[in-house]
Amino acid sequence: MSEPVSALGHASFDGFARIREIGPLGMLTLRARPDVAGLTAALAAIGVTRPEPRRMALTGERGCGWMSPDEYLVILPYDEANAAMAALSQQLSGEHHLVANVSDARAVFRIEGAKATQVLAKLMPVDFATLAPGELRRSRAAQTAAAIWAEGDGFTLVCFRSVAQYMMGLLSHSAMPGSELF
Amino acid sequence: MSTRLQKGGRLIDRSRALEFSFNGKRLMGFQGDTLASALLANDQMLLGRSFKYHRPRGLVASGAEEPNALVNLGTGARHEPNQRTTTTELFAGATATSQNHWPSLEFDLGAVNSWFARFLPGGFYYKTFIHPRFAWKHIFEPIIRQSAGLGKAPREKDADRYEQAYAFCDVLVAGGGIAGLQAALAAAGEGARVILLEQAPVWGGRAPVDGDVIDGQPAETWVKATIEALGKMGNVTLKTRCMVAGVYDHGYVLAEERVADHTPGDGRPKKRLWRIRATRIVAATGAIERPLSFAGNDIPGVMLASAVRDYVTNWAVSPGDRTVVVTNNDDAYRTALALREAGLSVPCIIDARSNADGPLPQRARALGIRVETGKAIAWVKGGKRVTGVALCLQAGEGAPLEEIGCDAVAMSGGWSPVVHLWSHCGGKLTWDAAQAMFRPDATRPPTSHDGQALVFAAGAANGALTAAEALADAARAGASAFGKQPGPHAQAAVSIEAPLEPVWIMPQGAGPGLKMKMWLDPQNDVKVSDVQLAAREGYESVEHTKRYTTLGMATDQGKLSNINGLAVLAGALNTEIPNVGTTTFRPPYAPVTIGALAGESRGDIFQPLRRSPIHGWHETHNAHFEPVGLWRRPYCFPVGGETHQQAVNREILAVRSGVGMLDASTLGKLIVKGPDAGRFLDMLYTNVMSTLPVGKCRYGLMCNEQGFLSDDGVVVRLSEDTWLCHTTTGGADRIHAHMEDWLQCEWWDWQVYVANVTEQYAQIAVAGPRARQLLERLGGMDVGKDSLPFMTHAEGTLGNFPVRVYRISFSGELSYEIAVPASLGLALWERLIEAGRDLGVIPYGTEAMHVMRAEKGFIMIGDETDGTVIPQDLNLDWAISRKKADYLGKRGQERTHLASPDRWKLAGFETLDGSVIPDGAYIIAPGVNDNGQRNTQGRVTSTYYSPTLKKGIAMGLIRGGLKRMGEVVEFNTVSGGTVRARVVDPVFYDKEGEKQNV
Repeated sequence: MSEPVSALGHASFDGFARIREIGPLGMLTLRARPDVAGLTAALAAIGVTRPEPRRMALTGERGCGWMSPDEYLVILPYDEANAAMAALSQQLSGEHHLVANVSDARAVFRIEGAKATQVLAKLMPVDFATLAPGELRRSRAAQTAAAIWAEGDGFTLVCFRSVAQYMMGLLSHSAMPGSELF
Repeated sequence: MSTRLQKGGRLIDRSRALEFSFNGKRLMGFQGDTLASALLANDQMLLGRSFKYHRPRGLVASGAEEPNALVNLGTGARHEPNQRTTTTELFAGATATSQNHWPSLEFDLGAVNSWFARFLPGGFYYKTFIHPRFAWKHIFEPIIRQSAGLGKAPREKDADRYEQAYAFCDVLVAGGGIAGLQAALAAAGEGARVILLEQAPVWGGRAPVDGDVIDGQPAETWVKATIEALGKMGNVTLKTRCMVAGVYDHGYVLAEERVADHTPGDGRPKKRLWRIRATRIVAATGAIERPLSFAGNDIPGVMLASAVRDYVTNWAVSPGDRTVVVTNNDDAYRTALALREAGLSVPCIIDARSNADGPLPQRARALGIRVETGKAIAWVKGGKRVTGVALCLQAGEGAPLEEIGCDAVAMSGGWSPVVHLWSHCGGKLTWDAAQAMFRPDATRPPTSHDGQALVFAAGAANGALTAAEALADAARAGASAFGKQPGPHAQAAVSIEAPLEPVWIMPQGAGPGLKMKMWLDPQNDVKVSDVQLAAREGYESVEHTKRYTTLGMATDQGKLSNINGLAVLAGALNTEIPNVGTTTFRPPYAPVTIGALAGESRGDIFQPLRRSPIHGWHETHNAHFEPVGLWRRPYCFPVGGETHQQAVNREILAVRSGVGMLDASTLGKLIVKGPDAGRFLDMLYTNVMSTLPVGKCRYGLMCNEQGFLSDDGVVVRLSEDTWLCHTTTGGADRIHAHMEDWLQCEWWDWQVYVANVTEQYAQIAVAGPRARQLLERLGGMDVGKDSLPFMTHAEGTLGNFPVRVYRISFSGELSYEIAVPASLGLALWERLIEAGRDLGVIPYGTEAMHVMRAEKGFIMIGDETDGTVIPQDLNLDWAISRKKADYLGKRGQERTHLASPDRWKLAGFETLDGSVIPDGAYIIAPGVNDNGQRNTQGRVTSTYYSPTLKKGIAMGLIRGGLKRMGEVVEFNTVSGGTVRARVVDPVFYDKEGEKQNV
């Protein structure tokens, strides 16, 4: 078998912020109502913390994001996704839920640097000044869906794999030297 | 002559000279000049020609209200028409050319139009539409089209780039004059998040030019200190060169920032469109001076008094040695004083009022300036520039008393607040008779989502014209916009000015000869006589008069002409100005370039093109792509010098005789899971999905509530409570939303979850008699006839790739669709291509797929369906369950029209001569309908050349459907004439289905 490849093969761009395509990253979509018995424990069993509404709970290279009142996004190493999916299904068996491996359906970008916010402010109708610590924001970047959260020296952005090249184009255009907003 | 003065010029830096050109002439200006001030400094009084009569046009104003001085700016890929010289910053190497003349600016043949002005009155266009009938199309339109348009449209692709940005604030202050600064201070001091935007490159607006004194200091000093103070506040964002263009519902504001207009080619975006969500807006947009309507007021050299003052004070430019000032108010005397202070001559101040004894007139008299009260300008002398004025009585008919030689005329008819931002969202105006102006009516503001005022007008924009009034008003507006009471504010020295006297026609008793030469709208050539004619012809509404005369419809949108025009209309209708009202103020305030509106959306990132994991391979293998939704899918893969048709034919024959591969990754894939999933799918599909055994596949149809066929695809059952629904490529997101809609809004208590995993998998169709042979070469799972029969699926590995294999066929051949995680899609594709090389494996595109499915009589959503077709029309009754109590569309399909036996139904067609029926052809029927059109009895839905059968084949809808089998019907063709075809079974190839089931 070949090695899994990310959509853009780790393309990068250095502007007034640094843009990197990363991945592939393990991602699971979990649909379950918040009152499902054992939900918190099931998530804990695969090493992630159940997040508060609109938050991304990061623990090392794992994380769990609140996507909607009955949807979570689990982040983990790519190779562990199938096992984690099986574990979650096992833990939640008997409860109405859906878990799907979406690791390959996504492209992941890092936007880094002191002015990373300005790159995203050109593309996303998001008030970054009021973005709470640990907040996961589902929104759009220009014409396509995107979710972001602050992490390390910047932001992590997730979008659909098919538009990865468009997203790279957007981020690079927005980060071009000299086009800082302030 | 207009010229640069030796001294002064608060905005220019004389140490930095800039070379530029106008109509090829090399000229010099200074850093800080506008293109307008630099042109004027070079004695370039004549700058363009008017739209209709090609009259000579020069500068009138010094800001966004300028109607005349528009130029083509830049060359080649940086050429932009209609650039307003008054708001264009001068930069080294700027190249400008004048507009709307032929053959040259100085000598324009179009100017003969003005000799025939009496034949081109207001409403000319509309009259030519009517009479004589032939004249518009054959005479007037070609001539008008020839002469219409000001600048030249760019011919090359724009070399610049643009972008957008989002911002949020509590209070957005539009306008960086003293009112805007004070309002920003008031709001920011209360803790509001404030954005303060100024369209010009400098802060302070008019106050420094007008010599205001604030808190005991010159206005300029106060402005500088205030900007510094605001800049230090963490809650304030300041931007110059950023024009608020429009205010929209709920505090949505668009602003255009001129980032690199003045530094072209430096790599920065030329413009940036700000998309701002502001809780409240303060409109501190100032006021615009009104021209006076006297004969010859369009001759170059006649300018607004405030503009003359600006050119002298800001840029040290003299419009001429001798400037006559004509006014109906005290403010214009400041221009006379400024001119004298600069050492220039003011031969006369002509004041239409009978008395002028305020402090400003007294200062003028004290300087020895001649002041003539109760007087008017009868006419201006001059052609391409002013040479003098004829003095007359304002009360009279224009009999000249005396001629006064001069080089320029500075006129002032009073001031109009810039109420645009107040009005964009529905703020109402009130007529202030004392100041003769429409100003915002604070009791009827535009409102936001909460019913509270959205916009707060401040300063001159609110009718508070003096600095002292403006600062108090702005402090109130700024605090109110953040829901606070105003605190202390800056104090300006009080200036006492006598009231103006409204003057709409000068002299008031002017006859037709003079009124034909009084311009209201100098760009569109609308005169006092045109508006009066419109009134006589029954145009009582100001909106109708505007369109009839084109008053205010030029690129300046009537910033100067609006109030004067409606005042003249009111006079002609013998009514009060407020009864006439204003035309509607619509965004944008001044033109916003299309590039900024498009933002980053051009070139490679024009649209979010969707690419499958195998897209790159297709590109390197000469795929010809077609758009399918936002995807680009290979249509065919031409080899050598093949045409697309040849490539398609080759691909089909290769699949039918060997094996081919199709990138089917774009197919929609929706996981549906839960205790109620089976019940849910039984409602969505016309057939039964709940009984589908695990491991099996079933073709299904989805209808909308009206009964019309909406989507189709193969459903597979993955486990006891989980199904995977394939949708069409274009239907994936739509059907996902359709499912969520029903689950969230109607059947919210059903336990079903849906996940769209379309992009998780690359999907590869391997089709053809050698398909199994190819898969077996990779090794791994058993794909044999018995272990993986037709319409089943299995999970396993192929060549160590983790796959799910579906035995389904859209080509009619032995066929597998292989789903593999997208990250491995390209690798598996390449592996298959490699492994199948000696089997003759080829990639095939969507067109080969389309033809092959048509050969098999399979329908295609979007070809056989168009939103008006039900499954029964397509003979798909076999896929509709009669046992189910209900499914979406069932009730709709029972309606009489849809249940009618008379409907057009699917059949196949074979032309008698073997030709291909044209796309879109109709089956004609005898006779004609009420409109004299040929009757029809059906239409073609899919039509192709079949390389397999070596003839044209088609599917179509025909009244009676398959009952007509064997009949010969006629299809119309594009070239005229008809093509005869026999009605046949739509399954042209392998009717028994043996090939796919081996």
